Amino acid sequence: MGALQSIVAMVDPYVLQILVNIGIAIVLALGLNVITGITGQLSLGHAAFMSIGAFTSALITIKLGLPFGLNLLLSGIIAAAIGAAIGYPILRLTGDYLAICTLGFAEIVKVVFLNLDITNRALGLTVPPPKSPIPMPFYVWGVAILSIVFVCFMKESRFGRALKAIRDDEIAAEAMGINITRYKIQSFAIGSFLAGVGGGLYAHFLNYINPSDFGFLKSVDILSMMVLGGLGSIAGTVFGASVLAAAPEFLRFMAQYRMLVYGGLLVFMMVFRPNGLLGGVNFTDLVLRAIGRKPATAEINERHNKG
Amino acid sequence: MLLQQLINGIALGSTYALIALGYTMVYGIITLINFAHGEIFMAGAFVGLFLVTVLKFNVFLAMAGAMIFCMIMGVVIELIAYRPLRKSSRLSALISAIGVSIFLSTLALMVFGADAKGFPDTAFPVQQVKILGAEISTLQLLIIGVSALLMLALEFIVQKTKIGKAMRATSEDYNTAALMGINVNRIISFTFALGSSLAAAGGVLVGLLFNAVSFNMGLMAGLKAFSAAVLGGIGSIPGAMLGGLLLGVAEVMGVAAGYSSYRDAIAFAILVLVLLVKPTGLLGQKIQKKV
Amino acid sequence: MSLLKLDNVTIRFGGLVAVDSVNLTVEKGEILSLIGPNGAGKSTMFNLITGIYTPTEGTISFNGKQISGNKTHTIAAAGIGRTFQNIRLFAEQSVLDNVLIGAHTRGTWDLTGSLMKLAPWVRKEEGELTEWAIECLKQVDLAHRAYEMAVNLPYGEQRRLEIARALALKPDLILLDEPAAGMNPQEKQVLLEMVKKIRATGVTVFLVEHDMKFVMGLSDRIAVLDYGVKIAEGKPEDIRTNPQVIEAYLGKGAVH
Repeated sequence: MGALQSIVAMVDPYVLQILVNIGIAIVLALGLNVITGITGQLSLGHAAFMSIGAFTSALITIKLGLPFGLNLLLSGIIAAAIGAAIGYPILRLTGDYLAICTLGFAEIVKVVFLNLDITNRALGLTVPPPKSPIPMPFYVWGVAILSIVFVCFMKESRFGRALKAIRDDEIAAEAMGINITRYKIQSFAIGSFLAGVGGGLYAHFLNYINPSDFGFLKSVDILSMMVLGGLGSIAGTVFGASVLAAAPEFLRFMAQYRMLVYGGLLVFMMVFRPNGLLGGVNFTDLVLRAIGRKPATAEINERHNKG
Repeated sequence: MLLQQLINGIALGSTYALIALGYTMVYGIITLINFAHGEIFMAGAFVGLFLVTVLKFNVFLAMAGAMIFCMIMGVVIELIAYRPLRKSSRLSALISAIGVSIFLSTLALMVFGADAKGFPDTAFPVQQVKILGAEISTLQLLIIGVSALLMLALEFIVQKTKIGKAMRATSEDYNTAALMGINVNRIISFTFALGSSLAAAGGVLVGLLFNAVSFNMGLMAGLKAFSAAVLGGIGSIPGAMLGGLLLGVAEVMGVAAGYSSYRDAIAFAILVLVLLVKPTGLLGQKIQKKV
Repeated sequence: MSLLKLDNVTIRFGGLVAVDSVNLTVEKGEILSLIGPNGAGKSTMFNLITGIYTPTEGTISFNGKQISGNKTHTIAAAGIGRTFQNIRLFAEQSVLDNVLIGAHTRGTWDLTGSLMKLAPWVRKEEGELTEWAIECLKQVDLAHRAYEMAVNLPYGEQRRLEIARALALKPDLILLDEPAAGMNPQEKQVLLEMVKKIRATGVTVFLVEHDMKFVMGLSDRIAVLDYGVKIAEGKPEDIRTNPQVIEAYLGKGAVH
């Protein structure tokens, strides 16, 4: 562990901070991508699940002092459980209603946290350092990479296919024997889990959390990352999260007019690049080419031309 | 006491109803939640404020000015952010609408600053009137009166004019209306203009009522008005009026009962409840699933 | 015992009676066609059987068990596959993925399978599902298109892909809603042979179709629906000469 510490010490703290921000953003945006990009259910309450994770995680550190890994897992599970409980009634609603309901739910969560003694009301919580020998940046990127791998696996599995079927056509999906309510709830729970874990990381990285930090604008923040990269695209989400988490640090304009840019971005992307800025680029093929292997699609075509 | 709260609730509810009408009309025609509608309401309040304080207009003229401004604004928003997406998935249109909403509220923040601005006291002289033991301000009477007048005008346009008929036809069946030679694009623009002008009037009235106009007033008011539209039955014009009034009364009663810190949550609780128990709302029609 | 049994099934939408007291059975192994003028309630019948609508009155049973009132996905899982009149493919996904989604109920690994995607037992199932999906594609002669996007297929092939997707469910009964619509005569002939072969594999076929030549050439039995009422049922040659049927299609006076 000492080695990890010394690596962290070598990196410029400013750069480190940006890297950690990107890592957290990836976890959060991937969570939303599961719900919205892969399953097609627009959630405007992602920040609320993030706040549930953040406060749970902070309170676990303060009151119980559990190891950080266990702490994050518990925070994620609690966010997921609340997500599933909320999802059960509202996921029966169609797209637009669902969006409004998640937004309304997020506002309720914020108001509740602002009125609870245990979360220190409007004053917010100061979060002590996490109980972990591994330095925070490694933790964040470890979780980010695990999330990326998990969502990649999920998307191309039987489970993920069911989610994509629901996104594309609910009636046809049902006629294929897919229990759409159950899958929607599971997808919502997975997304909320990742939001909760991201929230836990966020709380311990910033050392301070306030219910007002997790409002509608935070949800839009995460939504913009996903939209920039392309709905449903994992590589795109990583790209979008990286760009938008780093941009304010490099571009003065982005720091000042961030939400203005996001607003314009959402409209622009939907009208001109609905598949994301890099939509249509096959990342798997690019990686395979880069390491000197033939792209998967080419292989398949060859196989068929032979047969 | 109860009467007093009822009147407070009706005054507040009338403004919700004015905003809710815009949601419900747009939803009725293109089944899109116009997320930017709350920001149009906010813009209306600012334009009204500007006309009153800078150009020294009286309240009624300022309201008319705000309505005209927002009509144009609504039409332009539809043209830029929604029309290109009419054939895309509803998810895309919804995300675009959220983009417009964020863009406008941030723009207002940058132009007008974060502090709430008030109307000057001279804008509308407020007096208290005693009716049946309830204290009613002339401002509340103004709000209720103007709202009622505007809703009657809307009802006239929708029911009695040719373009109103075309609106109803388009709302009933978009494709058939287009086949019948109705210029659907024009009807949609008209609907946005109509809804936006009502929201603008609501903005000026709310600005007067709370004596506060701020960049972020659109989000919460918009959400509440949307809840009102759903409560009344989305797509139904009388439903939006009824829903707005009921929501206003419920909110005022809730605050009077001591739940003031949960004031904003009341609307959502109602919204979620309605969607779960009777998704078509009080006056909405049952929608048959199309296969 | 009949495979599918509709017992006095009625559905009303507001004041409109779309299907009116229909009694109908589908026998194991047969090809039954449902015909009738536009708006007669044929697609509504399919939507009733698959649980998209619930009958206002009457019951539907499959393999001796009542299915009316059940959710669409449980009815599908019980062994009823279907296609749609207005094609409902997962357009932006590959042909193979479309069929794999159809094979959903054939698989078992769920979320835990995603977590263990590289485990041999999960990969084994994926392999089996993929092979099965390719087999279904072969039945409609689309295996060579497996890796193309569904939306890029020509119309006729999209209709066939829907059939492959329904077959992937390994259904006892397949409901085909206007399978030949929009096809040219050659394509229709190819489709006719395909449906016969599908029946030969033990799948019972119930179809709605407008093309009389197609229906007459394929069906064992035909039922006729007019304004939601079943007006005739029988062998193709009987239906062809049934005066009530001719009247429904051509209007009163045509028979006289």
